Amino acid sequence: MSAPTLEYSRQGTLGIRVELIRQIKRRRTLVAFLLVIALPLIVVAAVKFGPSSDDGGGGGGDGGGFGDGNFDLVGLATSGGWNFALTMLLFSSGFLLVIIAAMFMGDTVASEASWSTLRYLLVAPVPRRRLLRTKAIVGLILTAIVLLTLVVASWAIGAIAFGTGPLASPFGGALTQAESAQRLSIVATYIAITLLFPAGLAFLMSVLTDVPLGAVGTAVVVVIVLNILDAIDALGTLRRFLPGDYGTAWVDALNPTIVWDQMAVGLAYNLMAFAILIGIAVLRFDRKDITS
Amino acid sequence: MGRTYAEYVANPRRLAVVASAMALGLASAAISTAHATTNPQDLVLDGGPISATDSMSVQLEADLYLPRTTPAPAVVLAHGFGGSKESVATEAEYLVDRGFVVLAYSARGFGSSTGQISMNSPDFEIADASTLIDYLATQDAVTQDAPGDPRVGFAGGSYGGALSLMVAGYDDRVDAISADITWNDLQTSLFSQSVIDSNVTGVFKQLWSGLFFSAGLTTNDGQVTDCGRFAPDWCAAYSTAAADGVLTEQARLLMAQSSPASITNRISIPTLLGGGQSDSLFPLAQVNANAEQIAANNPNVKVVWHAGGHDGGVNESERLRELNAQWFQAHLASGPPIDDSFEVSLVEASAFGGQANAGVALLSRPTYPGLFGESQRAIQIAGPPQQVLAPAGGVPAAISSLPGAGGLAGLAGGLLALPLPNQSATFATEPLTESVQIIGSSTITVDIASETPTQNVTLFASLRIIGGTERPILPQGLVAPVLLENIGPTPTTVAIELPAIVADVAAGERLAVVVGTTDQAYRMPPGPAVYSIALATDNLTVPITPMSATASGMPVWLWPLIALIVSVLIAVLVLLLRPRNTKAAARSDLADVPIAVEGLAKHFKGGVHAVNDVTFQVPRGVVLGLLGPNGAGKTTTMRMVMGLIYPTGGNAYVFGQPVFPGAATLAHIGSFIEGPGFLPHLSGRENLRLYWEASGRESSDPKLDYVLDIAGLGSAIDRKVRTYSQGMRQRLGIAQAMLGMPDVLVLDEPTNGLDPPQIREMRQVLHDYAATGRTVVISSHLLSEVEQTCSHVVVMHHGALIAQGTVTELLAGRTGVRLEDVFMEIVGEGHEVVTS
Repeated sequence: MSAPTLEYSRQGTLGIRVELIRQIKRRRTLVAFLLVIALPLIVVAAVKFGPSSDDGGGGGGDGGGFGDGNFDLVGLATSGGWNFALTMLLFSSGFLLVIIAAMFMGDTVASEASWSTLRYLLVAPVPRRRLLRTKAIVGLILTAIVLLTLVVASWAIGAIAFGTGPLASPFGGALTQAESAQRLSIVATYIAITLLFPAGLAFLMSVLTDVPLGAVGTAVVVVIVLNILDAIDALGTLRRFLPGDYGTAWVDALNPTIVWDQMAVGLAYNLMAFAILIGIAVLRFDRKDITS
Repeated sequence: MGRTYAEYVANPRRLAVVASAMALGLASAAISTAHATTNPQDLVLDGGPISATDSMSVQLEADLYLPRTTPAPAVVLAHGFGGSKESVATEAEYLVDRGFVVLAYSARGFGSSTGQISMNSPDFEIADASTLIDYLATQDAVTQDAPGDPRVGFAGGSYGGALSLMVAGYDDRVDAISADITWNDLQTSLFSQSVIDSNVTGVFKQLWSGLFFSAGLTTNDGQVTDCGRFAPDWCAAYSTAAADGVLTEQARLLMAQSSPASITNRISIPTLLGGGQSDSLFPLAQVNANAEQIAANNPNVKVVWHAGGHDGGVNESERLRELNAQWFQAHLASGPPIDDSFEVSLVEASAFGGQANAGVALLSRPTYPGLFGESQRAIQIAGPPQQVLAPAGGVPAAISSLPGAGGLAGLAGGLLALPLPNQSATFATEPLTESVQIIGSSTITVDIASETPTQNVTLFASLRIIGGTERPILPQGLVAPVLLENIGPTPTTVAIELPAIVADVAAGERLAVVVGTTDQAYRMPPGPAVYSIALATDNLTVPITPMSATASGMPVWLWPLIALIVSVLIAVLVLLLRPRNTKAAARSDLADVPIAVEGLAKHFKGGVHAVNDVTFQVPRGVVLGLLGPNGAGKTTTMRMVMGLIYPTGGNAYVFGQPVFPGAATLAHIGSFIEGPGFLPHLSGRENLRLYWEASGRESSDPKLDYVLDIAGLGSAIDRKVRTYSQGMRQRLGIAQAMLGMPDVLVLDEPTNGLDPPQIREMRQVLHDYAATGRTVVISSHLLSEVEQTCSHVVVMHHGALIAQGTVTELLAGRTGVRLEDVFMEIVGEGHEVVTS
């Protein structure tokens, strides 16, 4: 007798569709989507019914005023769906989206370990690199969908509440509808790119620890600390190595003519950081004894 | 071109700090000393005479920086107004690193140097500079061209820039200079006149002048005096001008003496001139005057219009510092030649991020076109005659620039420079049909009239860019002050030189000329008055200068390309570092053996030997028990067999194929290891279905009915797993292991949490399973369990295999009749063995 026949295909293990189903029904996924839909609703409610709505200051739909020399963000936001979506992106890019990206990427392997499902996937056997590949792709897809949901929901809610006025910058220069859509897409895409660093960091942590909250929390805390460091002028050129230095480069997409320089650097930084972090995660996971 | 643009002028973030002190260099000392890596020699040198009546020398404090190899050419660094030798320390270190001897000194009246400020007077500050050259001539460390004539260059920005130009005109021992954001004529700088070919003294730039003057007031002993460290004649000149807005003849002479315009025709050495686009103090027109006057009989002049300036702008200090070093290397040492091309930084301003985030595109052309471009284009401009009010006392006044506020100035240009109602006339073009690149000054001709004859009409003209909304952009917040005398009801036609800017105006945008009556940075007549302003011709003349993008900036596409290459390299590296899984060759002799373990060992870090040299085989079609107390190494062995843990020695084979993580042969095994693992948010059925779909065996039959029957969960199979009891999960876990009826079933402590009837049922299931020719391996610390279920047994203890065989074999010839007794006999007394 010889070995029994085997119906097994490496490519058939843990496909992206299967992993998406496994992840999408989780409560945290639902919460993430609800959050990014609730955020614009809350802001609309605050602007419409809040105490400042009738002082006539920045609430008007004229593209925002600059009373007291302050940058009236909300006033600008209420000039139409495009500006509203842009402002929601601005509100959420620094923290909310970082947490969501860190959650989708940081929780993904560690939670399998904590549920004891990781070992069952690996003995199925799902090859380790294939497991990470699928997990990373699905984490990125979910992050991107949440970002897209935020943009679309904000635009729709903003358009219903404030009309579809085109993108207007506080420095003057309104754009056509088509340009507005293009600029907003660029901004959203760039913000998605800046999420690569927290995403990669969270993914690495996810491989290093079996505690999902630890992986997500560590990544978020590291990003926050790096952003604090970025605010310290005395660090000088050292700050170029911090992710926060590139976090706001998307504003260049709002110029009359788009300036790509900073965004190109930001793209390169995030892409390289992501590649390095994921690379370390893969090498570590390759050699790890799975004891969870 | 010293420190000025580099550190405190061009860096908006830092400028926020500087603004409160004074833009010309107070605050940078503290910052730059932090960077000090070399220790300069601290010197006190004799300068020129203290005053016209006191021929004693002033004492100049200086720092001498020596490079690694000497003798080397020297560069003297002159600081900006309000600064000292410390404020050029960064520049000094940069040049020392590039092999120059650097002498940084505090001008008289600044730092700890003695003497009084005479604004680069030839008799005093310039005489001081000559004594520095005398000193360098005595130093062995400095290359000497001739006895008493060292190889020396001068560099500085603003006040230091003017000194560099002046000393180049007065002392022919200077070999090369670099002067940034400085004046050509102090009078036209501080009394600005933008009417072309006018001989009327311009509008007093009172805010800048006041800031300038107050920066020289601070005395070393902290005393408050009205003249501070200024020489009396300069103090008097300023006081008259500031108090009455009047320029006395004496002041006029003083300023002329201290202006490079007086000696530009004598400068025959290589001259690098920097101008700041964001500079309302010494605007590009001043730099242009220096450039054109010097270039008249000196072929070696390079002009750079960078994006910084006294008003802030964009920090280009690194590029300019490097340019500076290359300039001196080319002209003082044997560095590579540097061309004299005209370089312009085009700021691609960022609307939200302000200029801190702005990108800068570097443009160049071989020849310098001057302020009005290589050619001019007339663009039609329209607007009715308009009445404007010059308010009484000049308030409220428009705010175009914020002198000394640095980075805020750009903000002012963008946000605050809105023309005040009734105070300005606006003339605009139609939307441009094609884009225009404006590099230099545009001109416009207007008619000015006043119903009541007025002695002194002050106006401020500016060129604005109007985009899609009506909110115009005022480039760099620059306005062109206009002063006219004797305006009456009959219109007077004047041609106005608008501020020199560098800007891309896109097609569809419009240009507008706004002529206003107020600007808070300038002195205005007490008014009130009403003027009428009309276009004299319908032409706005803009400078056209074809420029080419230079390669010195990094092209945008290069960054993503680098990132892509790095990412690909990392991917390749990761691929190369894939663990080598096939150390062991496939074993054809074991092809029929479901599981074979040979010399398997696992030594954890710290010296714990979890498994030590374990060898056994699991024959086909049997139920084999892996027996041992807790901690015997059973689970570690199983994990190694499943490729979860790397063995430190030996190999495991499944049907002759070596085991490694992800080895296809593992698909022969269905397993249940150390408790069940399920996604708690999904139902039991969904868990099984998704596990099967993730297992790579989708093409075969999962035998779902069979395993569901074994799980025996009934309708609970469609409830979420998080609602299950421990026993339900246990049964679902065993069912999952049996999905697709694998050839080998490996179950670790399968009966945990099951009640006796379920255990009995399970036993039967496993017997039946083995009866189909499949193989079952059960690990357990429950001896009776193994005894009742298994035909074969492997006994482990302390990580080592201590017995193996059939249950019958082990029982044969033993005193006890139960496996428990056999086990006790083998391991000896004193070991805790759990029995059920």
